[in-house]
Order: sequence, then structure tokens, then C-alpha cells
Amino acid sequence: MGWASFLSHVVIGRSPNPRNNLNFMSEATLSAPTSGGSPKISKISEAVIRIAGNSQDGIQAIGGFLARLAGRSEQEVMTFMTIPSTISGGPSIFQVRIGSGEVLSAGDEADVLLAFYQHSYENHINSVKKGGIVLFDSDHVQVKPEWEKDFHHVGIPISSRTVEAIGGTAKDKGKNIFALGLVAKIFDLNVPKLEKLIAERFTGKDESITKTALMAFHAGYSFSLGNVIETFQFVESQKREGAQVVMNGNEALAYGLIAAGVRFGAGYPITPWSDVMELLRRELPKYGGAFIQCEDEIASISMALGGSYAGRVAVTGSSGPGISLKTEALGWAVMAEIPLVICDIQRGGPSTGMPTNVEQSDLNIACFGGHGDCPRVVIAPSNVEDCFYTAIEAVNLARKYSVPVFILSDQSISTRIEAFPEPDFEKVCQDISPDLTPVTTHKPYDLNAPQGVTHHVAPGTRIMDGKYPIATGLEHDEMGHPTGSPKLHTQMTAKRRKKLQSLADELPVPQVYGPPEGNILLVGWGSTQGPIREAVDRARAAGDSVSSLHIKHIFPLPNGLENIFAGFNHVFVVEMNDEGLYGYGQLGALLRARYCDPKIQGVTKCDGLTWKVREILERAKQNIATGIRKL
Amino acid sequence: MSNQTTDIPARSGNITAVPAVTPPVEERKGLTKKEIAADHPTWCPGCGDFSVLALYFKLIEKRKLWHEKITTIAGIGCSSRFPYFVQGHGAHYIHGRALPFASGVSLTRPDLHVFVFGGDGDAFSIGGNHVNHTARKNIKMTYVIMDNWVYGLTKKQTSPTSPLGFKSKTDIWGAVDQPINPMKQLISAGATFVARTTHTNPNHLLQMMEAAMDHDGFSVIECLSECVEFYEGAFDSSNPRKGGVFNPVPADHDVTDEHAAYKLADTPFPGYFGIFYKVNRPTKNKLEADINAKAMEKVKGKKDWELLKATFARMK
Ligand SMILES: Cc1ncc(C[n+]2csc(CCOP(=O)(O)OP(=O)(O)O)c2C)c(N)n1
Ligand code: SF4
Ligand SMILES: [Mg+2]
Repeated sequence: MGWASFLSHVVIGRSPNPRNNLNFMSEATLSAPTSGGSPKISKISEAVIRIAGNSQDGIQAIGGFLARLAGRSEQEVMTFMTIPSTISGGPSIFQVRIGSGEVLSAGDEADVLLAFYQHSYENHINSVKKGGIVLFDSDHVQVKPEWEKDFHHVGIPISSRTVEAIGGTAKDKGKNIFALGLVAKIFDLNVPKLEKLIAERFTGKDESITKTALMAFHAGYSFSLGNVIETFQFVESQKREGAQVVMNGNEALAYGLIAAGVRFGAGYPITPWSDVMELLRRELPKYGGAFIQCEDEIASISMALGGSYAGRVAVTGSSGPGISLKTEALGWAVMAEIPLVICDIQRGGPSTGMPTNVEQSDLNIACFGGHGDCPRVVIAPSNVEDCFYTAIEAVNLARKYSVPVFILSDQSISTRIEAFPEPDFEKVCQDISPDLTPVTTHKPYDLNAPQGVTHHVAPGTRIMDGKYPIATGLEHDEMGHPTGSPKLHTQMTAKRRKKLQSLADELPVPQVYGPPEGNILLVGWGSTQGPIREAVDRARAAGDSVSSLHIKHIFPLPNGLENIFAGFNHVFVVEMNDEGLYGYGQLGALLRARYCDPKIQGVTKCDGLTWKVREILERAKQNIATGIRKL
Repeated sequence: MSNQTTDIPARSGNITAVPAVTPPVEERKGLTKKEIAADHPTWCPGCGDFSVLALYFKLIEKRKLWHEKITTIAGIGCSSRFPYFVQGHGAHYIHGRALPFASGVSLTRPDLHVFVFGGDGDAFSIGGNHVNHTARKNIKMTYVIMDNWVYGLTKKQTSPTSPLGFKSKTDIWGAVDQPINPMKQLISAGATFVARTTHTNPNHLLQMMEAAMDHDGFSVIECLSECVEFYEGAFDSSNPRKGGVFNPVPADHDVTDEHAAYKLADTPFPGYFGIFYKVNRPTKNKLEADINAKAMEKVKGKKDWELLKATFARMK
């Protein structure tokens, strides 16, 4: 049996119990790869490819090509990348998981590692499955003999062959495309489609650039791998949903805002939010809109609020430190009841923290940040496609309830690339131009309004009785005049709260993934939906009773979660944040406060990395083994 | 500013164009003072801010501005209570940040006159950087800084314009920090209309407000406005009725000459009153509208959803 058959996803001889594969595969170490005979072609249903190098080598580009190819082949795809936080570049990886079936996460372990340097090789060998392939640039990498028995090593002089293929002046620039050619060969990828993608990427540039890139690609593709390596073929995709689009979470979010009708926003650059503002800056003008770069985050939220006040919901956004700066103005929006969308692309905190790593530690600031009793809405997208639709929902909630709405995205979802069905544009795109129809009279903060929901009238609207409203941050009476009345402060505070209680009544109760009753319920929010669901699949395949619940509407929470929790012995809230002083992550603490249910426990981590499926299951088991820590 | 106001949308869905709903002007009479006045001001009797308000009313009356066409915006401070006293759309925003808020209104609504009022602390301390950036971007609006050289609302702390030696609750021995020079700061930040006036000279104040309103760009007025409660007599030497002198900017001053403007600004108190600096530089409003016009020309005739569809077609 060739080494490749041990890959867990190989269709032939696939183990029914994926967990056992780990043990199974370690046996592969016994059968060292053999050469001789003609290379086989194995049918596979999915593959995890990790490309490791330096950011300046364009490894993101290889991953991007692979992801888009998968999208065009109706395959599912998910990527994961790390980027160095320094401009001069540095070690960086791009992992892409392509599947003919459902792909929920970027994969715990890679089937193939493509290593450009010694550090790439040494730092990432641990992420490769036992028995997996290590493709390395033999111009830079020295093989460690002790690893040879566990992994199938294939050395290719990538740097020198690239120079040879495209001429020496550009040094080894283009070796990423050469490597793409190699990968295309190994996985029998569709060459014409890849050629088209390469050509598209370089359109508008000098024609010779496209030519050189294609030369590098073909040099890689036709590089003789001899008999050393087996090749693979993806089985026909089961998914045929028609046209798919491929993009990352920040792109999906920004385009979702455009679809929602947002035409104005303001921001200040900060990783990983900057892409959103750059995209909006570039795209909005053709829709007649504008995105303004401000002097800081306070100015940004203020300018966006000015736009909202002027009649059309606007957007601002940031990450950690910038969100902190916005909180005073956020309170004004709550008090004045002016709608707004705030994107928080979370990263490791506090302070400058870990700017290019992922963390879900802004839930508290999103739900509770600011002074005073200050209710607002918080929703979190769970994958790239969801970023698009969440943006539209956020805009509509802001408009409907005259309230600021947070979109809690994060670093991992912002950069990961996924394919999803093309939206029905005519249906989802909305016109939210200001309505300036004159009104006879207007009470901006009417205490008798149903559910406390009122809407401000934008400047430009004539009010026939001549009484005009002031949008104000001072506590006010129904007309917006300042008041120090204890009664009015109580009533107005209740009004602002009631709006969101009525929203909670309308929210859909989330669906349990897996059976609605059982032993363990894994609760998650945001970008962790995929790995949590994969953990459920894996555990159930192994006979464990595990289900999951993903909470999109974090503040307010939908009603009825207690009924779901009642069906399980354990409720573990899986989050990428610290367990906190009292032993629970941020959503965990919120759920405990809300439901007073001692079986709600935390499964948290804050290492700046996304959850591995294996990690989630191990940590859940550990929780059960150690018993309930605190009641 | 008034003559540039657009009423007719160029294209629906465009932030720079909103539906016109105002009936033809000739059908409406100008507003009376009664119609413009809202809540009775909460200022201390004798506060200089009253005269700024009175002259804003005059401006609205004289220039036939409609309720719905003006937006009066302020931050926090005694002076910033302004919007409550004016009948018309308005916003009472947070301390120091009125300018970016007003910018959001100005950039999305070319059909409105945006006026901002506030104090010296609001402008030059907590809001200092916003003043700089709104000036450099030349965002169209009129900003009146009601300078009383003190923090009024919080009851007598040192302000960034308090002169050296001013005894406040935070400088009981007298202020020791160098005060800023508003005129110099505004000019160097890139404001395209910079004027100075005082609440004790109503005609001059109205004249400055009118000139500021007519300027196509970021127009700022520093208006000395006495705080009778915490800095009584601060501006007596600029008031002829109190034995001071009111020196208008010399008739031969070239308002486009930046150096000459700094020279005027360097004159010790009471200094000069009038327009120190005025130049024409494209507003951000116009620059953004130009970017839009260019981008929209390329996609003429396409609906918004068709544009998005075309973009997604490139992401397959
Ligand atoms: C963030 C914040 N910090 C402090 C205050 C308290 N505060 C309100 S007004 C003010 C200063 C007002 O001085 P100025 O802007 O000169 O206005 P004046 O009252 O003199 O007209 C301060 C410090 C506040 N409202 N918000
Ligand atoms: S405290 Fe001073 S600035 Fe405030 S209202 Fe009274 S006089 Fe005017
Ligand atoms: Mg003051």
C-alpha cells in the first residue's frame, strides 16, 4: 500500500471512524514510502494543503488561486492564513482545504506541506499528518533524517528551476506560481481554469507579466516528479448549487453593506479592519457614495453618526483599540436613538495585543462597552457567506430599532476565503435613501410608541407645526428637550431597553446541530461554527452524544435558549477568549448570568489561533473528567 | 454656501442627491424671529452667548433660510447648548466632536446649511485635532467658536485660550501654560475662511456670519463671548463702551496673504476684528462629488444591483 492511502480522506479504504484514523495513520510510519512502479492516481474527496514561506513570496496568491479554482469547480473551500505583523514580511502560511463535499474548517492537519525555507519546514512539520507529503524547495531546505520515516519528502529545486524557467533577472520571483504548477500536477487540477485565473489576476498589467507567470506555472506543472509521487484526483463534487463566488470575510462584509444600501461611512486604518474601509472607499463612488478616512476612530464614528443622522444609516468600524475609542459616541447613538452599524473585526487584545491573531475577546465591549445603561444590538457572522447577509441584517436592525448595531467579526473570518452561492442581487440589494416627505408634527422620543420604537426625521424634512427636534445625548423629554426629571430618566431608559426586548421576541431561536437532546451541547458564536460542527460530526461518528448550538444574535439573545439547554447534561461554551476571573469565557459568563444554569461551563483558549477540531473535543472531555469546577 | 445649495437630485440613491420636497420658495414667507426661537436660553443673564444667538436668528431671517434647510450642531459646553434654542433641525453631540459629526451631515447632504457652535475648550482642547482635520479637508460648513477664555459649564477651569496668569480652579496661582492663538492655529491648519469678531459688536458679528455662510468651504469665526460668571471683564479692552478699542482689520489687508494674516494675529489683545484669511480651495464636498461623478459616468445606466453583480462576476 502506498503511503498516500493513509490520508484520512482517501475515498478508497476510508475509515468509518475518522478518529481512529489518527492511530491508524501512525502505523504508516512503518511502511516507509517506496518508489518504483508507475505512479498511481488516487481518488480523494478533500485535501488540506499548507503553504509555508515568507509573506513576500506571494504564498497568499497560491492559496487564493486554489481557493478560486475550487469555487469555480463547485467545490467547497476554506482557507486559513497567518500574516506577519511587520511590514518587511516574515514567516507566513496559507492553508487551503478543498472538498468535494462539505468543508467546515480549514482542517486540523495538512495532507501536503509546501515548504519554501528551512524555518517553514521545521515550524510546520508538526501540522502535517503522519504519512503526509512534504514538498520542499531543495535549494533552501535541509531534510531532517529523523522526520523522513514519518513523512513522504519530495525535494524540488523550486528557486533555481523558477529562475531557469523565467530568466534570472527577477531572482526567484515567480516561484509561487512555479509551486502552484507543482500542486496542480499532484492534484490533477484543471489547467485551463488555472491559466484563466492567472491571466485574470494580471489583467491590466504589462502583458509580459502574464506570459512570465504562465511560463513559471508550466515549468512547475511539467517538472518531472518521476515515480516518487502519486497523484490525486478529486471525486466529482456533490454540490451543484450553480454559480459560486469566492472571497474572504472582510470582502463579503463590505459588499453586504453595499447591498444593504449603505452609501456613507468613515473609519481609521487598523488591522484587520482596514480591508473593509479600503474596499468601501474604492467601491462606493460608483454607487454615488463615499467612505471617508478620518483622523481617528472618534472622528470616524462621529462622522458616520452625522451621516446616519442626515438620513441614511452609515457604517464605521475598527478593531480592539479603535473600538475602545468609539464607546463614548456609541453611548450618544443609544441616547439619541440614531441608527448606526459598527464593524468590529476582533483581534488579540487588550491594547495593541496581537494585531494579526484571532481572538473573540470583544464580546463584552460590544455588548456592554460604554458608560451608563446603554443597550445596543450585537450580532456575529459565522462564516464568510454569513458576513454578507449579516451586514444586511445589521443595517435593517439599526433602521428598524433606531439603535447602533455591532457586527462582531474576527481576524480569522476576515482573512479566510470561502466559496458560496452567488446572492440573488436584485432581491437582496435595497434602496435606503432618506425619506424627506414633510410631516405635520413629530415627537422624536414618543413614550407611547409601540414597543418604545421611534424614528428620527432627517434634516431636510419639513415639520408643518414648526416644532423641530434636537437629537441629543442629554436625557430628554419626548420632544428632545433636556430634562433632569427622575421620572423621565426612568421612562426613557425603559424605552431604550424595551425596544431591544421586543427585538428579542422577534429573533429566531437557533437550531441545534445534531439531535436536540443528549449529553453534551457545544455552544459557539462567530467564526468557530465550522470547527465546532466538525467536532460534533467527529464525536458522533465515534459514538459520542454531542450536539452544538451557534448563537448569532448575541445581544439581545433570542428567547427560549433555556429549553434547548434543558435537553443536555453539559453545556460547554466554546470561545477564543480567556476563562476570566470566575472561570467562564465572555459568552459563557453572559449565558450564566442570563440563565443561572450551573451546567453552563466554559471551553476557552486565547493562544491567538483558531480552534482545531481535535482540541475542542479534548477540552470538552477534560471538562467532564475534571467535573464541574464552579457552581 | 447658500447659492451653491442643490435641490434637485442628480440621481436617486446617490448620497449627494436627495429628493426635493420643498415647495417653490416664492410660496413661503421668510421666518419670523418668533418662529426661529425655541427654548428660552439657559445661559446666565448677561452672558455673551445671547448675542451670538440673537444674530444667528437675524441671519436666518435676513437670508430667508427655512427651518428644514438648516442644521445646527454643537458639542458640549455652555455655548454648545445653542441648538436647543434654535427652531430647526439640530444635534447636541458630545464634547469636542461636533465637527466630524457635522462633516457627516455636510458630506452627505449638500442641500443643507450646516452651522456648528461651541466653546474654546470644545474647539481647541478636546476637539483640537478635529479642528485641524476639518480645516485641512475644507469641509463645507460654518463654525462659530464662542471664546470666553474659560470653561464655563464646568465652572471655571483653565481653557486653552486662558491668558497666562488667569486664576482658575485648576490654576489657583494663575495659568502657567502658553495659550494658543486661535487665528494662527486655524490658518495653519488650512481653514479657508478665518475671521474674528466679538459679541459686543452685533453689526460686525452678523457681517462675519454672513460672509462665513457665503464662503464655499470650512469657514470659522472666533467670536469673543464674555462669561460674566467666571471671567467677567475679560474683553473690556476690546469694547469701546468699556473704554476699550475695537480695531477693524485694516482696509488694505490682503485676505489671501497668509503671512499678513499671521502678522495680524500676532497683534496683542485686543488685536484686530474682521476677516484675517480667505482663500478658495476646492472643498472635500466637491472633491468627493468629482470622484463620484467620474466613477458613476463609467457605469451610467446600470442599477446598483447590476453593479454588484458585475463585481461578483469577477470573484468567481
Ligand atoms: C468627554 C467629556 N469630558 C469632559 C466633559 C465635561 N465638560 C463639559 S463642557 C466642558 C468644557 C466647556 O468649556 P468650553 O468648551 O470652553 O465651553 P463653555 O462652557 O465655556 O462655553 C467640559 C470639560 C464632558 N462633557 N465630556
Ligand atoms: S457660566 Fe459663563 S459661559 Fe456659561 S452661561 Fe454663565 S456666563 Fe455664559
Ligand atoms: Mg469656554
